[in-house]
Amino acid sequence: MPIDKIFKDDANEEKGERARMASFIGAMAVADLVKSTLGPKGMDKILQSTGRGHSVTVTNDGATILKSLHIDNPAAKVLVDISKVQDDEVGDGTTSVVVLAGELLREAEKLVTSKIHPMTIIAGYRMAAECARDALLKRVIDNKENAEKFRSDLLKIAMTTLCSKILSQDKEHFAEMAVDAVFRLKGSTNLEAIQIIKKPGGSLRDSFLDEGFILDKKIGIGQPKRIENAKILVANTAMDTDKVKIYGARVRVDSMTKVAEIEGAEKEKMKDKVNKILAHGINCFVNRQLIYNFPEELFADAGVLAIEHADFEGIERLGLVTGGEIASTFDNPESVKLGHCKLIEEIMIGEDKLIHFSGVEMGQACSIVLRGASHHVLDEAERSLHDALCVLSQTVNDSRVLLGGGWPEMVMAKEVDELARKTAGKKSHAIEAFSRALVAIPTTIADNAGLDSAELVAQLRAEHHNEGCNAGIDVISGAVGDMKERGIYEAFKVKQAVLLSATEAAEMILRVDEIITCAPRRREDRM
Amino acid sequence: MALAFDEFGRPFIILREQDQKTRLRGIDAQKANIAAGKAVARILRSSLGPKGMDKMLQGPDGDVTITNDGATILEQMDVDNQIAKLMVELSRSQDYEIGDGTTGVVVMAGALLEQAERQLDRGIHPIRIAEGYEMASRVAVEHLERISQKFEFDVNNYEPLVQTCMTTLSSKIVNRCKRSLAEIAVKAVLAVADLERKDVNLDLIKIEGKVGGNLEDTELIYGILVDKDMSHPQMPKQIEDAHIAILTCPFEPPKPKTKHKVDIDTVEKFETLRKQEQQYFDEMVQKCKDVGATLVICQWGFDDEANHLLMHRNLPAVRWVGGVELELIAIATGGRIVPRFQELTSEKLGKAGMVREKSFGTTKERMLYIEHCANSKAVTIFIRGGNKMMIEETKRSIHDALCVARNLIRNKSIVYGGGAAEIACSLAVDAAADKYPGVEQYAIRAFAEALDSVPMALAENSGLQPIETLSAVKSQQLKENIPFYGIDCNDVGTNDMREQNVFETLIGKQQQILLATQVVKMILKIDDVISNSEY
Repeated sequence: MPIDKIFKDDANEEKGERARMASFIGAMAVADLVKSTLGPKGMDKILQSTGRGHSVTVTNDGATILKSLHIDNPAAKVLVDISKVQDDEVGDGTTSVVVLAGELLREAEKLVTSKIHPMTIIAGYRMAAECARDALLKRVIDNKENAEKFRSDLLKIAMTTLCSKILSQDKEHFAEMAVDAVFRLKGSTNLEAIQIIKKPGGSLRDSFLDEGFILDKKIGIGQPKRIENAKILVANTAMDTDKVKIYGARVRVDSMTKVAEIEGAEKEKMKDKVNKILAHGINCFVNRQLIYNFPEELFADAGVLAIEHADFEGIERLGLVTGGEIASTFDNPESVKLGHCKLIEEIMIGEDKLIHFSGVEMGQACSIVLRGASHHVLDEAERSLHDALCVLSQTVNDSRVLLGGGWPEMVMAKEVDELARKTAGKKSHAIEAFSRALVAIPTTIADNAGLDSAELVAQLRAEHHNEGCNAGIDVISGAVGDMKERGIYEAFKVKQAVLLSATEAAEMILRVDEIITCAPRRREDRM
Repeated sequence: MALAFDEFGRPFIILREQDQKTRLRGIDAQKANIAAGKAVARILRSSLGPKGMDKMLQGPDGDVTITNDGATILEQMDVDNQIAKLMVELSRSQDYEIGDGTTGVVVMAGALLEQAERQLDRGIHPIRIAEGYEMASRVAVEHLERISQKFEFDVNNYEPLVQTCMTTLSSKIVNRCKRSLAEIAVKAVLAVADLERKDVNLDLIKIEGKVGGNLEDTELIYGILVDKDMSHPQMPKQIEDAHIAILTCPFEPPKPKTKHKVDIDTVEKFETLRKQEQQYFDEMVQKCKDVGATLVICQWGFDDEANHLLMHRNLPAVRWVGGVELELIAIATGGRIVPRFQELTSEKLGKAGMVREKSFGTTKERMLYIEHCANSKAVTIFIRGGNKMMIEETKRSIHDALCVARNLIRNKSIVYGGGAAEIACSLAVDAAADKYPGVEQYAIRAFAEALDSVPMALAENSGLQPIETLSAVKSQQLKENIPFYGIDCNDVGTNDMREQNVFETLIGKQQQILLATQVVKMILKIDDVISNSEY
């Protein structure tokens, strides 16, 4: 007797080998997709959104590419997810983590076809990952004590990160900028304090880091364009119509005169509020919400600069830079902390007018103005710079660094290989496979640069046979070179996160032996 | 479809719209039901044991879950068949009652159904089979009681508890750091346990997860973790010796529940209303300040003005804290939840030694730690992991481990895992079968055989020869009359589960057998299935 259907009509069930196949293929497809963007000579991808306007993004940031894909394969979704987490957690290495996980699965597939049980492979991978991490830990460089050296380390890391991006032309310039910005944060990882303003026009080289703070707003008409020794009140309050907040209140009148009276009272109230604000003795007022014409006029009369509608982050940042508190009530002017800065002026960048606060008290926040030929360039530049900033801010806290250019992978591969030789049992095949997957990363870097990867990687492996070797792939000259001399550095934290989350993801996918896809929710249900 | 006819040959209508229904009856109905139940059990079979595989489930909205927790798999599978739904219920009730062994119970039920099918083919009446199963299950449960061992531990020596939790965790993806997770689970349970009453309120253990970091960073916090930040960015990020006011009223003008309207028709009224509003905010903040609070935790939102006033008066505050979290905070800090400002008094404040905000990663994610609470009864397990699915799976695994630890505190009896208990029961049931004179004897033997299927599945999943291994272990148990021999899943080299420290709780095992028997009995008793064929 045939078994009745257990699942709903559109549901789908795949078992055993087929399920494993489906997840391997899905994961490898995703890995192959981003593979060509890896390394300094990696290519970019164009993403066209299906939404209105068909907006176009050009990027080589793994996380951005994967985020924009609509993927149906569940295993592929796991990879997309790890790339996203990598982005949130350390900011860089989003492509590497996917490529490594893909390679691990590719190797696992070979092992599975040669009849090794997935659990054995997982056990081997775990041992290998542990060993690889120890190998890295042994070779880290930590220059935390030496401030000058540490700075140069950071600079090198920034350059390494940036050289795979669109900014590689001016990487020294941007690396300096990023390092300066991160040092201002004084160890906090809150990148919100670094504001990136994009203005089309000019070239990438014209981008600059501003010590002060730039607000992308215009100064109200008739108000002073330049204030020295400014006292700033940062506020978050309604400056349009200040509604009565008591529930259920409403105005009910029976004649026109009454309307006029109420209107008068409302105006009076606004005037009161403005006067209270002015009583703080300020000459600059920045509000998060709208400022209507009437209060704006009052401010102009008092010679106070009023800036409306700064977004919330802008306000928070401004509070941070100027040292003022964000105020919403104005009854006790003596105790509200005002922000101070030496000079507020209107500056022109390209075609646009911006407000520039310079000589600020607390130097925690800063602004980076990016210039570039088009929006696409600017967007990509912002992403690249963001990556660099993330890595740097993480490195400031965890100052261990490694060499780059495929060096860490080769070091790990060597140690893992040795482990494989020592391990008895079927696990050793899996450990060997892990080392092969690690080598795939320098191979891909070389391939993407159009170099003879087989030759180079073999050379590299031979070099690494010597203890304490610093060899990696130098993509620029197309040969094996000393990474320490070339100044190619990477953050330890990034590499560790890549290694661990890729292994974790591969393990997760390997453990699956059945995929059950539920019937997709009907459209009507959502309505 | 069988129909009844009257003497003129016209059909009686018994069921409404009977043409559109399908009907299965008698042996066919039983066979179909058994087949459906078996199909569900087969899906879970490969997830059993430390070497069991995971299932990947894609939900109706495309979200992916990877798990090997039986209850979760069945819940997310979205089954359509009625009998399959019964199996889902079965695993769920095991989850509610015991929290662990959700896969085992379904595999057990599947095996019982398979055996029942064979007995049906022999021509034994389903009710007789059901009765036989009932008797057999009683024998098995009694036998379990007999072979169970008391298990000694106390607050200072919790090592045995950790060992048991490790057995549970070893079948999950988190077995990489099962040792540390098991310790966390046991410490958490001991922290909230009432050893006098032998009761553990698992609600006091909060499990919070955040992606990023790795599994090793998972920690136990003696206090509460809230996924919120201070309401004003410039409030202090760290408060020592906090006196916490826990409020469920918003920092907003009052909203009376009765419908009302405040009409403004003169300028004076407008003015007074405005003044009152200001005063209201002021009073609220002053009230909190007066009773000596140094931190306000509120269930609702704040008005901008109130927010600034709080900031201004140097009173840090947290808004939009969920109801459950609020309760936990109240328990941990020994405070009372205050629904109105008027009722705020200094006795009702909660106390915590340290409240601090901690940020994670590169995005602006902050969490609030409330530690060194007055009453350390509430704890939080904070899970870190490489991706979302990993964290979800870890949460489920920790939950299982917590349940196991709780069950042990409730009842200190344990049986040995790795299939040892099942094999022992199978032997006992088999021996008991001969004493029953009736047809039930066959059913009881079938039950014994069904019990074998759990260790069999364990062996199969571990890559061992199932029949060979099982018979070896069985004969060893019989020969030495020791019920500790099980399947050596991890290839340690010994079959003695005592040496391997593989335990399971007695109530968990008993419950598994009872629940599985119950459901199988229910399924066997069905002899007529009427369903909409359009379905």
